[in-house]
Amino acid sequence: MTIKELRAQFVAGTKTPLEVVEEVFAVINEKNKEIHAFLDVYEEARSEAQAATERYAQEGDKAPELLGIPFAIKNNILIKGKKATAASKILENYVATYDATVIQRLKDAGAIIIGSTNLDEFAMGSSTENSAFGPTKNPIDPTRVPGGTSGGSAAAVAMGAAVAALGTDTGGSIRQPASFCGIVGFKPTYGAVSRYGLIASGSSLDQAGPLTKSVADAEVVYNIIAGIDPLDSTTIESDTYENAPLKDVYTIGIPRDFLGEGIDADVMEAFEAHVESLRAQGHTVVDIELPLFEKGLAAYYIVQPAEVSSNLARFDGMRYGSQVSGESLLDVYENTRALGFGPETKRRILLGTFVLSSGYYDAYYAKAEAVRGLMRTELAKAFTAVDAILIPTSPIPAFKFGEKSDPLAMYRADIFTVPVSLAGVPALSVPCGSVQRDGIDLPVGVQYIAPHGGDVRLFDIGKKVYDQKLKG
Amino acid sequence: MRRMEKKDIMHLASLSRIRISQAEAEAFTKEIDAILEYVGAVNEITADVSLTKKVGVRHNIFREDKVTNDPEFYTQAHLRKAPHTSGR
Repeated sequence: MTIKELRAQFVAGTKTPLEVVEEVFAVINEKNKEIHAFLDVYEEARSEAQAATERYAQEGDKAPELLGIPFAIKNNILIKGKKATAASKILENYVATYDATVIQRLKDAGAIIIGSTNLDEFAMGSSTENSAFGPTKNPIDPTRVPGGTSGGSAAAVAMGAAVAALGTDTGGSIRQPASFCGIVGFKPTYGAVSRYGLIASGSSLDQAGPLTKSVADAEVVYNIIAGIDPLDSTTIESDTYENAPLKDVYTIGIPRDFLGEGIDADVMEAFEAHVESLRAQGHTVVDIELPLFEKGLAAYYIVQPAEVSSNLARFDGMRYGSQVSGESLLDVYENTRALGFGPETKRRILLGTFVLSSGYYDAYYAKAEAVRGLMRTELAKAFTAVDAILIPTSPIPAFKFGEKSDPLAMYRADIFTVPVSLAGVPALSVPCGSVQRDGIDLPVGVQYIAPHGGDVRLFDIGKKVYDQKLKG
Repeated sequence: MRRMEKKDIMHLASLSRIRISQAEAEAFTKEIDAILEYVGAVNEITADVSLTKKVGVRHNIFREDKVTNDPEFYTQAHLRKAPHTSGR
């Protein structure tokens, strides 16, 4: 069931929020032990659902837009009075003292928060295997990863334990798990959605966004959570970027040179079939060149660790989070961080510290930021000729646990999502078909990319190319 | 491109205030060396590093310098999160 379908039924009185929340709890009781999508489940959702049911009886369609809709929330987004662990030992018992802006807005719109979902520690990884509390499994094939870092949120929606979820996307962390779990994932334009109350990973990259079953649902959630926030000065006005108008048919660009080696052959076939269906719908498909996109992965794995090494310096065992004692103050810092952080987090902090250090800053960090600037220019030029760009969301479908134990192999899986994040443009991942592995059909996703501020255009395209097929 | 050595990793760990074991240091040396070799590809692009300073749409955001919450509104709640609030 989608948000739109449930809303219509709630208003008509043919289904109640209480029934839906009970259904969701039944799914969680049945499946969460194996799938481990949720870190915490909030029992008070039942009483909230009871209250929502009563409100619909009185208010009908005057009730707030998301009233009674069950949401799952990635556990690096602060919910007042609830644990916010970022899937790290260092924040294992940390309880949030305030609501993130996105949570405040969901609550104001009547959403019911069912629970918090698993992620890679501090949102670093591509499989949810980096969670300090154990991995999440893919509900479609539990021997495979759900993707990451918002793997818990994607699995929760895919297994029917939430109607929608919030994730965060730093280098693909909404889009890639959405594609691995066969749902819709949207990363907004950088600054479109407030980061206040998100546990920072890469501050110049992080964006919160929806994981849903339809593009129309992603749009509903986006409209609630987006907008300027006095508490996050990087949020943008609706006119910060030039308007990206909606059209009946679009010109879609494909950077063919970028789709070379490393993509599974059947993933490419699913992609090509999607391109054909675009043409059949009357859209124009053209080849474009984005030579710098190939370097996006290299630039990303300089910029992101650099920002992480700085952001995670605050976890020192002094102000909040866990503390491990020691002989001296230095010992307390070193012991706390040694036990509190997992291997990938340590790896990125060390890497980030290196690329920012004197003597190497210019060769790595400054260069990566310069490449990032050039990528933005290259993209802006491409968008003078096309309305949106289309590439696969991931070169491979969901992989097996432990398959990418080499960190660099794991990073390479992000090749198609990180350039988008570096440029700060919005991108939407929608399912486009499936490929078979070990006799199981695994979903494949494609990613539409629009210019800065083109979020609404992506919803329009997504509804045309995906939601219509859902109905058909 | 400079190769990572174990002593470099130990130094970075010390700068980052993370105690790491010899075994961890050895693993990180190999992994981070491979990652640096890969990300060094950014140097294949002839980009003017001074570009960094004018990337994007960055500009200052100002607001009135006023207190946005009542005094002590958050203080006690935040202090309760600290492992220790006195002594030691």
